[in-house]
Amino acid sequence: MRKTWVAIALLSLAAPAFAADVGLVKVSKGSVQIQRGAEKLPAPVGAAIQPNDVIVTGADGSAGVTFIDNSLVSVGPNSVFAIDKYSFDTTTHQGEFQGNLRQGRLAAISGKMVKQSPESMKIRTPSAIMGVRGTEFVVEVAQN
Amino acid sequence: MRWLALIAVAALAAACANTPKHVAPEMFAVVPSAADGHVGTIVVHPDGGRDRVIHEAYGVERIRSDGTVEDGQLSEAQVKETFGSTLAALPGRPASFTLYFLEGKDELTPDSKVEMDRVLAELKRRPLPDIMVIGHSDSVGGLSYNDKLSLARAERVRDMMIGMGIPADRIQAAGRGKRELLVPTEDNVSEARNRRVEINVR
Repeated sequence: MRKTWVAIALLSLAAPAFAADVGLVKVSKGSVQIQRGAEKLPAPVGAAIQPNDVIVTGADGSAGVTFIDNSLVSVGPNSVFAIDKYSFDTTTHQGEFQGNLRQGRLAAISGKMVKQSPESMKIRTPSAIMGVRGTEFVVEVAQN
Repeated sequence: MRWLALIAVAALAAACANTPKHVAPEMFAVVPSAADGHVGTIVVHPDGGRDRVIHEAYGVERIRSDGTVEDGQLSEAQVKETFGSTLAALPGRPASFTLYFLEGKDELTPDSKVEMDRVLAELKRRPLPDIMVIGHSDSVGGLSYNDKLSLARAERVRDMMIGMGIPADRIQAAGRGKRELLVPTEDNVSEARNRRVEINVR
């Protein structure tokens, strides 16, 4: 138990500055932007990700994000990926992750939330919705 | 003129009804874990279709441009070809390492010195690591002595990481003293496996 508490205490020290931050850009290659409301922000390594952000990559772009439940998500070139919903309780490990791949390619490794409750992570696409029971998977939405 | 407009509307409606559905082609596939080969499970619910469960390595569900849905199987090479740059952008998985120390000292054992090189190489592969270093001691000596010793061990390892070019603000160090023995012992027992530092990175 004590080990868990130390881990939680240290993790909170290392956590991003804003409570709304749910992920961190860990890999950023080529053209990568974050759309947050009306704003278009650059997405270098270290940029924070918040619910409702949309990650947009160019033809030479790819990006990798680590979420607070240790879910890992990457997007490839010419991709548009929206974080429609994200919540995670670090104590109970309950949460909800709804991603929306509008176009392009995505790879992901599910985290603690899916381990706690299968299908708490979902990926929406234009024609389907996918529930994640674990752990590593890829999705493509080709150009129409 | 009015009847012309009516005919146009009717023709348009007929055209819509006859045109096959056209959607962006999609695919969903399970990939074995790069770390341990574990094969997971996904459930695809196509809009208006039945649920499909995929739990084979490289098992795939495709939605064609005409809206039809089919199950299939990809090869590893096909997945690499389509998703190579996407998979390459996945951040490193969270990982843990344990290093061991000489009795009463903040000096690594010879084996752990070798292991430390491997750990540093692994940490250096991560562009923006969050690293926790937690030091421990065995139960020889008093509480405050071991609190200091365990913190010295953690800080020694932290300094080695900084020396290898990992930014100091990415690394937290803490000492747990003899409060969290890996191998439970009576007090004042020398136990090599308890003289350790745990490194957690994500």
